[in-house]
Amino acid sequence: MTSAFGSAPVGRGDPVSTPARPTRPSAARAPRKRWARAGGTGWLFVLPAVVMYAAFVLRPLVLTIQYSFYNWNGIGVARWAGLDNYLTVFTDSDLLKIIGNALVLIVFFSFVPVALGLLVASLVRRITTGAFGTVVRTVLFLPQVIPLVAAGIAWSWLLSSNGLINQLLRAVGLGGVARAWLGDFDTALPAVGVIGAWVLLGLCTILLVTGMSKIDPALYEAARLDGAGPIREFFAVTLPSLRQEIGVCLTVTIIAALASFDIVYISTSGGPGLQTTVPGLEIYRLAFSQRQVGLASALAVVLMLLVLLCVLPIQRLTRGDKS
Amino acid sequence: MNLSRRENLTGRIFLLVLVVVTLLPFVSMLSAALQPRGTVPSGLAWPSDPQWGNFADAFTVANMGALLRSSLLIVAGVVPVSVLIATMAGFGLGQLRVPGGRIVFGLLLLGLTLPFEAVVTPLYYQMQDLGLLNTRWAIILPLIGLYMPFAVFWMRAHFSNVPVELSEAARVDGSSTWQLFWRVQVPLAKPAIASLTILMFLWTWNQFLLAIVLVDDPAKRTMAGALGAFQGQWGTDLVLLCAGSLLILTPTLIVFLIFQRQFIKALIQGSLKG
Repeated sequence: MTSAFGSAPVGRGDPVSTPARPTRPSAARAPRKRWARAGGTGWLFVLPAVVMYAAFVLRPLVLTIQYSFYNWNGIGVARWAGLDNYLTVFTDSDLLKIIGNALVLIVFFSFVPVALGLLVASLVRRITTGAFGTVVRTVLFLPQVIPLVAAGIAWSWLLSSNGLINQLLRAVGLGGVARAWLGDFDTALPAVGVIGAWVLLGLCTILLVTGMSKIDPALYEAARLDGAGPIREFFAVTLPSLRQEIGVCLTVTIIAALASFDIVYISTSGGPGLQTTVPGLEIYRLAFSQRQVGLASALAVVLMLLVLLCVLPIQRLTRGDKS
Repeated sequence: MNLSRRENLTGRIFLLVLVVVTLLPFVSMLSAALQPRGTVPSGLAWPSDPQWGNFADAFTVANMGALLRSSLLIVAGVVPVSVLIATMAGFGLGQLRVPGGRIVFGLLLLGLTLPFEAVVTPLYYQMQDLGLLNTRWAIILPLIGLYMPFAVFWMRAHFSNVPVELSEAARVDGSSTWQLFWRVQVPLAKPAIASLTILMFLWTWNQFLLAIVLVDDPAKRTMAGALGAFQGQWGTDLVLLCAGSLLILTPTLIVFLIFQRQFIKALIQGSLKG
């Protein structure tokens, strides 16, 4: 900043007034000084985080994109492959099925917890305080706290042929339906979905209940006076007021579905066949078992874009209007 | 009045059902873990002679002492550093508003939705080049980086809400930015820092993908990663597997129950802000 810039506002600003003159140079210097302080020392504060982020996130991210244009077995010389790996991702029937599996999981990981959460939340919006409320909140959060690996093991046991689910089915005379749910071609993917729904239902419910407790009760009174029943009330008052919370639930759960790995790895390892293989698992396999680093990276890039493609519109829809 | 009371009752019943469904997997695992070794347990049956010794067996077989130590070392390597540098960055971006801060923040936002799978392959080769593969550093260093988007986002949100006048008052007293940070800002940020610490502890403890990719030896992994190996080895011995899983998830439950207030608040705010 030169003095020429510093004095530029003088002509524009106030008409000649002598008392202002002595303060002007200092006024011009003050921001410069603050800039230097904030810029110099300030950057020292930001730098460590940026360095770690750049070294262990941005750099690998760029490398993933780079690898995706090569054929490489991880050891030998990498050969330029252009868009071949992407072509494979979008044409190979197995890989398409795997991406499809992740999309199916969205139904279980996202839609089910959000829909059920909304139902429960609208029923319980008055029961969130007191001892009962605390216990409920604590319990519903448990699946969110434990390692997903443990959730996978617990549910593998629950859904196995001797497990609790089949025991219950037999008890109510539905023994004919009983099966090894995670090993059956038709039920494996939905069964994995159920595990995800169990993990995420509590989080969604609590988020929605919290959001609901913030809705102005006058809105409900007004709706009642207009003769709205519970269902009309839900669509006219509750749902629109919860837009932001629903957006958050959808965002978190859709990412969990598309990027799922732990639960699938533990409960089915992707089987039977490819029935429950998800992109995360396939990236792991391609890169570390089959040594097709290029293809694995292309799939990783596609997964990343898929997440953005699903999440960004939700953010715009649920957030943009409010601000 | 009548209507709302009935509504209350339906609500309570629904919640109760939900609570039972949430707890069933834990209870079922406990009932299996208490059966005699070598038997094939069935879904949910309280054992006539509960074998609490199974937990001791699982502890020995899984080498739980070494696993606990390893997990704690990883947590000790990840959490304090992450919290410190994220707090500093949050202060720089939210309070000092450094020039170019918006660009940095935008870059960090980019990482907020990033699946770990997207970077794990290059991280493997990066760790190999650094000679850190199969050491705990291979988990510690990338985790710090991967936590930065959320952690900085979280701390910046806190510091943006602290009035700038406070910093200016401290400046007039002649304190340097460093003093201002430690004496004025950090004490004020304690609740935000506490929540962040709890979240990061749990995420580190439960981290699975990085652990199985970057470290072969289960005794150098996180708890979740070790549990994966344990399942591979003892998957057929259901009694032991359930006992081991319960042991491994217990520390997370304890931490959660102690800090549940902050934790629930943190998770709710964390996802609302995210």
